[in-house]
Amino acid sequence: MHVYIQAIIDAFVLLFSGSGEVWPVIGLSLAVSGTATLIATAIGLPIGYFLGMSRFAGRGSLILLVNTAMGWPPVVVGLFVYMALSRTGPLGNFALLFTPQAMVIAQVILAAPLVAGVTTAAIASVPRDLRLQLRALGASRFQEAFEVFKESRRGVMAAVIAGFGGIISEVGAVSIVGGNIQGSTRVMTTAIVFNVNRGEFGLAMAWGMVLLGIALVANAALTMLQQSGTRYER
Amino acid sequence: MSASPVAAAAPAVCAENVRVTYRGRTVVDVPSVGLASGETYALLGASGAGKSTLLRVLGLLERPTQGRVLFDGSAVRAGDLVARRRIAAVFQKPYLLRGTVGENVAYGLRLRGVKPSQRAGRVAAVLERVGLAGWQDRSALTLSGGEAQRVALARALVLEPAFLLLDEPLSYMDPLLKRSLSLEFAAILAGEHVTSLYVTHDQDEAVVVADRIGVMREGRLVAEGDPDTVLGLPPDEWLAAFVGMEPSLHGRVTAAGDGLSEVECDGVTIYSTVLVPVGTPVLVAVRPEDVTLYVAGALLPLGSARNHFEATVVEVRPQGGSVHVTLERAGVRFAAAVSRAAASELGIAPGQRVVAVFKATAVRMRSEN
Repeated sequence: MHVYIQAIIDAFVLLFSGSGEVWPVIGLSLAVSGTATLIATAIGLPIGYFLGMSRFAGRGSLILLVNTAMGWPPVVVGLFVYMALSRTGPLGNFALLFTPQAMVIAQVILAAPLVAGVTTAAIASVPRDLRLQLRALGASRFQEAFEVFKESRRGVMAAVIAGFGGIISEVGAVSIVGGNIQGSTRVMTTAIVFNVNRGEFGLAMAWGMVLLGIALVANAALTMLQQSGTRYER
Repeated sequence: MSASPVAAAAPAVCAENVRVTYRGRTVVDVPSVGLASGETYALLGASGAGKSTLLRVLGLLERPTQGRVLFDGSAVRAGDLVARRRIAAVFQKPYLLRGTVGENVAYGLRLRGVKPSQRAGRVAAVLERVGLAGWQDRSALTLSGGEAQRVALARALVLEPAFLLLDEPLSYMDPLLKRSLSLEFAAILAGEHVTSLYVTHDQDEAVVVADRIGVMREGRLVAEGDPDTVLGLPPDEWLAAFVGMEPSLHGRVTAAGDGLSEVECDGVTIYSTVLVPVGTPVLVAVRPEDVTLYVAGALLPLGSARNHFEATVVEVRPQGGSVHVTLERAGVRFAAAVSRAAASELGIAPGQRVVAVFKATAVRMRSEN
């Protein structure tokens, strides 16, 4: 037990002593995953809305594709993005490899299907008859979409949180395309791996506790969303 | 109900050659249906008959596979927002949005960009018309089913629609509430003079609200006309069974005079106050509720019932609060609805001889030509 207690004590000291080593990494993690979540939301919400609302041949296959993408292994996504951004890859000219931008790209690819998939389910759960009622009261397509989003806002927020939760804690993709460069691309997950390998358990534990805290806050928010309010069913 | 519309007037809303197919299965196939301005037209039919689909097509909420919808003679399409905004609808479930009654009623006005200052007055006025004066600030989610449906009606009426759709608006109500609300809805619709399409599977409700009735079966409009004719003079077995009668009788008018027609139906003579020239082949029917039964041989009370003859009980079937008795005389079948108490007092059973009595005014009749 001693090894855990010592690591936790060290972690608290590092977190609250204003150590210059811990907080910039936390900041970069939040910046990369936050930006990726915003972009993934911009992509995933319209896709989820479209898949949740429309009925067309091939819709089932598209939903299957999105659901499969929700489970893409981060290392494989990292590999594909790495190859795309490497000097000989199709996007090599942009020289993005081992930059935070590369990490954002990889995380967008991981988070967008999560946002789209959960949004699809949320939108599809809005009763078709409610949409019919909105249209029958003169709602334009845009007004109908706005109201449907409003009615399914809990599910849509859950989609965004699921997207963020899925990428803040992944290590495979960011370590491949970011390279864990100190002061540049080192984020909490890659820093934990790096410091565990060096035997610096206190440092690793500091980021581990912050990650756990973020996971706790995200899940608490999700649980609150799921339990709050009553779905009207009139 | 309100006065019948002038039949010759051009329909305010009509559909031509409408066909709707889902995965190769035809669910609606109606060559023509039209609603005159200001009339309430009830679409009757069993579940799955295609009533609601036809309502959605006429209300521009669904594109038909084939055919077109016309408003005041001009073709309109489902994507036409201007045309759609002349319509409002009330469905089975009120689907009230979160918020107050006032916000819900004002929803359509907000969509149309009506200024808040104008909204308040219109909302207050329409709530008064549906019997909910002053309910603006109540939460919409705490209402009872009947109150919520009244809010839904107010939400549609406040838009002053040219065409109002009502899709089984009372089907979730208990029978007592349904009866009182259908009377209220009928009075409101009559007062609004709005062209309304009222879909229901309940003929009692249809009779209360409608100026005209259409009956749908397997996607087709199989009967159409004023409620009395459609529900009182079913031309075929299916429609007869649907409205709870025996099929209408075929007969020929043998004499006419003194405000009465005498009709011969397979050896049975029936008198009707509907006047049709002598020699005309006619369809004749009498609603079961209009037929009174007496034990054969009993002394009949003196009265104005012109029709009375002996018949044999063929079938006795309980139906709600009454008993449906099928009678036969010389191959002619008709039915009587008697109270449970009367049925038990008369000891009605198959094979029994009874005397059926009904007034000439109760006999529906129309020329078959």
